[in-house]
Parts: sequence; structure tokens; C-alpha cells
Amino acid sequence: MFLQRGVVAVLGAALLAMGTAQNGAAQQLVKIGAIYPLSGNAASAGGFSKAAIEFAVDLVNHGNPALGDVPLSDGKGLPGLGGAKIEVIFADNQGTPAAGQNQALRLITEEKVVALIGAYQSGITVTTSAIAERHGIPFLAPESVAANLTERGFKWFFRATPVAGDFAHAYSDFLKEQQAAGQKTASIAIVNENTEYGNSVASVIKEQFAKDGLNITQVIPYSANTTDVQPQVLQLKEKNPDVVIFISYTSDAILYAKTMKDLNWKPAIMIADDAGFNDPSFVATSGALVEGLVNRSSFAVGKPGSVSAVINELYKKKTGNDLDDPSARAMQGMLIMADAINRAGSTEPAKIQAALKATDLKASQVITGYNGVKFDDKGQNVLASSLITQMQGGKYVPVWPKDKAAGELKLPYKGW
Amino acid sequence: MSPILLQVIVSGLLIGAVYALFSSGLTLIWGMMNVINFAHGDFVMLAMYTAFLVWTVFGGGPAASVPIAAVVLATVGLLSYFLLVRHVMRGPMLAQILGTFGLALLLRYSAFWYFGANFKTLPDTLLGPPFVLGSIRVDAPRLLAGTIGLLVTLSLHLILTRTALGSRMLAVSEDATAAQLMGIRPERMQAVAWALAAGATGIAGALIATFFYTSPTVGETLAIVAFVTVAFGGFGSVPGALVAGLLIGVIEAVSAFLIGPVYKDVIVYTLFVLVLWTRPQGLMGKA
Repeated sequence: MFLQRGVVAVLGAALLAMGTAQNGAAQQLVKIGAIYPLSGNAASAGGFSKAAIEFAVDLVNHGNPALGDVPLSDGKGLPGLGGAKIEVIFADNQGTPAAGQNQALRLITEEKVVALIGAYQSGITVTTSAIAERHGIPFLAPESVAANLTERGFKWFFRATPVAGDFAHAYSDFLKEQQAAGQKTASIAIVNENTEYGNSVASVIKEQFAKDGLNITQVIPYSANTTDVQPQVLQLKEKNPDVVIFISYTSDAILYAKTMKDLNWKPAIMIADDAGFNDPSFVATSGALVEGLVNRSSFAVGKPGSVSAVINELYKKKTGNDLDDPSARAMQGMLIMADAINRAGSTEPAKIQAALKATDLKASQVITGYNGVKFDDKGQNVLASSLITQMQGGKYVPVWPKDKAAGELKLPYKGW
Repeated sequence: MSPILLQVIVSGLLIGAVYALFSSGLTLIWGMMNVINFAHGDFVMLAMYTAFLVWTVFGGGPAASVPIAAVVLATVGLLSYFLLVRHVMRGPMLAQILGTFGLALLLRYSAFWYFGANFKTLPDTLLGPPFVLGSIRVDAPRLLAGTIGLLVTLSLHLILTRTALGSRMLAVSEDATAAQLMGIRPERMQAVAWALAAGATGIAGALIATFFYTSPTVGETLAIVAFVTVAFGGFGSVPGALVAGLLIGVIEAVSAFLIGPVYKDVIVYTLFVLVLWTRPQGLMGKA
């Protein structure tokens, strides 16, 4: 009898404990790690990405009715996990692959995050995602474009952004169209910073252009964060190519804009490969020096009322800035991860991995200009797409392809 | 010589004069006290933000920002000396190194906190159009920075070698105890050295801000060149910093132009190692 009473008491206590445990689950926090350059020379871009990711988390946790089709935007948290909220833990990659690697290890082993996103610079995404792979934690790269990231046979790596090959294709089609329209494109120069990002994008462009009969006459790799870009600009001035493609981070992008004006040289068509040239602080400091600069973007503020326009409005209200392309892709990355965890209905890494593999978002469900999100066997989003924008009056306006254009392309490049 | 190569050399000389300008403060402190100021790059950064504030708050150009930055930085130098350096000087060598390194991080992250990570620039029309001589273009902000760089470096050299103050400072650097016996107060001289060096760095920063971007980490980018310039020219030698700065500027520009920008560092550092190999004290340093 005593024994029975004892058993009942124990069972009762156990039930009570389970009850509280379930209550706990209802307010559960799902921890996601985000590794970005919050210090170092890319801190400005990292700061904007951080704001965009915080916006995405806020959207999932508190919702916004204006966003209709965007999954999890109704403010119920993650219904698949009993309404759990997301907590994002930021870590600073300091702009170095080694620091990124250490932070990935810390987030996984100390903070016990269930998934990681990051890490902006391709060279750092290489090392951070390797740590995630070793620990069996899903890693989503929202913005790193180096081709080889998805060629490593990783099982836990996913990438939402369009990649270098897609851009190279877009540039090639774009230039051939300009050629047909009578613009000079006989000689093309590439200026690239020489880490993972710049080197891989440059080599993919070279390959694509060679295939398409576009004539690259000059390639100028340089070390990022340099004190002086005058020699590079003088090399360009000497050969005087019709088209230049710049692949650079923000600090160098600012120096190129200033130095080209100082040395008074400009090509007929100047193309920038996103990155530094899309950093809002580049646009603010140097926008007036690069009127007519052609750029790529996956995000452009669409017609009033479109998802991208609504998002931009809300984001601007919150942060004071327009949403830029890399930050929009970071925001999209967090939303994809949240959607996968919700469908997984679990914080178990293997279930999240399976849910990521099954991701199938339509164009109307994404906030960037992607045609949707669907990962192939290598983890690459096959529905990612990009458009070409042009600096007009201090703002990037989508100009190509025609069906996504919001403004008229104006050539030749005007500069300052 | 092709006109474009001439332009490369002119560009190299201009950037080299700037290297010399922001290295002279570093070499002065080393020469006076055998202390390496690891916060040097961040002093430059503070001066650049000072110039930026002078522009945004009062609309002032270099005519206002250069003297203001010189005074602000001289004050920062004095404070660093009295609050930090004077104390760590009594500790082991490692404490001195880590002390100024800590100061560097303090300044850098204070700038992150106060100004944010965004890049800033001064309007590029601040100093008017470039000078054009035939096919050679000389950008006005760089010309101003280069010229004042030469003047400041020269005046620092003259102060050290031609004035009573300079003699007293050198006496302290040679033998502080003996100098004290002669009635010179070493601490006062060392404080003057910090103020002078930081003031010169302030001038450098305010001028660099007219053609470079400003960000909390810009000091990191610039400091490496300053350390190389100082070691190349000879620790403690102000004219050495001048010669080394100009040499590095021209070698960088010419090798980047003729061989390729990624190779310029290889070439500069190879020369650097060769110089130290044959002259460990640097080009103009005392053995």
C-alpha cells in the first residue's frame, strides 16, 4: 500500500515534470548561429546583413500580415515545433577564415545551435562550413558565390544564392545584347581581388566568355584591402579596354571609384560584380562617382505592393536603410532555414537536413527575385536567379532582363 | 619613357610621401624611447574621423581639419603617455608591447561603437580639380598631402637636430639618467615626444582623409606600411622614414604596373629583407 502510494507519487511527480517540460517546449527557443564579418574591413556589409537577419527572425517570431505568401510571416513562430521562437546567435568572423572557423566551433559546441548560416566572404564560408560538416550541423550559405563551395561533396551544406556561373551567363548575354545594339565590347578587362571570391568569379567569367566568343584582353588580380589602386587604374588606362568588370569588396571599391576620377579614365561599359559595390556605404560615399555603373543583384525593390517593395518599406522603417542585395539574400537565408526547421518539426540536425533537402518554395514565397528555392544533390538552389541593375541618380535600378526591368539602360558609362 | 610610366612614378612618389608622413611619428617615438606604438595606425584613424567631423559639423576643409586634428591627436598622445605608456615603461618589454596593442584595440572598437562600421569619405571636390601637366595628372588632395608630408617630416628632423628642445630629447633617448643629472626631466621630454609624434600623425590622418576612405579598421590597413617604412628607413630615423616612404611608394607603383598588383608586396618585402640583411639597422638608422 505504502509502496503503491509511493509509486503513484513518483508517477504523479513524473507527469508533473512532463507537463512542465511540455510547457517549456511551447516557449522553446530554437538557436540558430549566424557567422558574419562584424569587425574587420567588411564590417559595414556584415552589419547590414545582421540587421536583415534580425528582421527575418522578428518576422517569424512576431509576424506581419502584409507579407501574405511568405512562409511563417503570420507571427505564430514555428508551428511545427509548437510555436517555438527563433533565437539567432551572431558570431564575428573578423574577416578571417581562421576566426570564422573558431566561431563555428564555438557556436556548435558551446552555444549548441541547431543550424548555421553565413559567412559572407566565400573564403570564410569554406572553413566555417567544413566545421559544420564535421559536426553534422546543417549550414546554409545565403550569399557566398565561389563555385567550389558546392563541389566538395558535403552533405550538410546548402546554398540559396545564384552562383558565379549564373552571373557569368547573365553578363555574357547582357554584353552580347549590347554588342548587337552597337556598343563597343571588343576588349574586356577583369579586375579582381585575389581571395576565393574574386579568383573563382573571375575564372568562371573567363570560361563563359571564351565559350561565347567575348574577348577578354586583360586580367588584373590584386590583393584586397590595398592602400593604393593607382597602378591598377593606370594599367587599365594604358590598354583602354571597352568593358571592365570589377570584382571587389567595399574598401577597394571606394578607392577604384575615386582613383578612376582622379586619373580621368573610364570604359564604355563598367560592370561591378555586386559585393562591395552594393554595400550601402559604397552607394552613399561613391554613388555620385559611378553614374551608369552596371551591377548584378538578386534583389531589387519591385513595383509598389510587391513582396520586395513591402519588405523594403518595413525594413527601411526599422533600420533607416533601403534593403541592399547581399543583406536581402541573408534575410532570405534565415527565412529558408526557419521554414526547414518548422517542417522538420524537430531540432534534430538530421531532420533539419532532410527538411532542407525537401525545400520547395515558389517565386511568390521568396522575398528576393529568385524563381524559388529548391536544392539539388550538391545543395545548390537551382531556382536562384539574378538581374542586372544600373546606378542611376544615386540608386541601383533593375534594367535587364526586360521583363524584370524598372528603368531604361543608359550607355555609355558616365561616371562622375 | 612612356607618359603613362611617368604617371606611375609620379603616383608612386605622391603615395610614398604620404607613407613617409604617417611613418615619421612612429619612428620618432621609437627613437626617443625604444617603444613601438602599436596604436599608431589607430591614431591615424582618429585623425581621419576628426577631419570627417570637422567637415560634417562645420563644413571645414583641410585648412581647418589639419590644425584641429594635430591638436586633438597631440592631446591623445599626451594622455596615452601619462595614463598608459609611462606606467608600462616600468614593466617588462612584453607589457610595453601589449600595452600599446591594447590601446590600439580600445581606440578601434570605440570608433566602431561611436561611428559604426560604415565607410565614410570626404567630398572629392573639397580641394578642386587635379593639376594637369601635359599628360601627367596630379590629384590635388594627394599633392597637398605629399607636400605637407615632406614639410612635416623635414620640420621634425630640424626640431630634433637643430633646437635645444631636440638636443634635450636626444639626450634623454641616449641616456635618461645622465640627462637627468644635467637637469633635464626625462618624463617631460618623453611627453613632448609623444605629443609631437601624435600631432604629426594627426596632420597625416587629416590629409589622408581627403583622398582615402575612413573606417574603424583603416588604421590596420595603413599601419603595416608604416611599420615596414620605419624598419626599412631605420628605427628612430626621421629622414630614413622619408627616404623609405618614397622608395616604397615608387617601387610598389612601378612593380604593380609593370609586373602586376599581386606581386608588388612580394617585391617590396624582398627588397626589405635584402636591406635588413645587409643593413640590419635600416637604410639610415644608427647601428
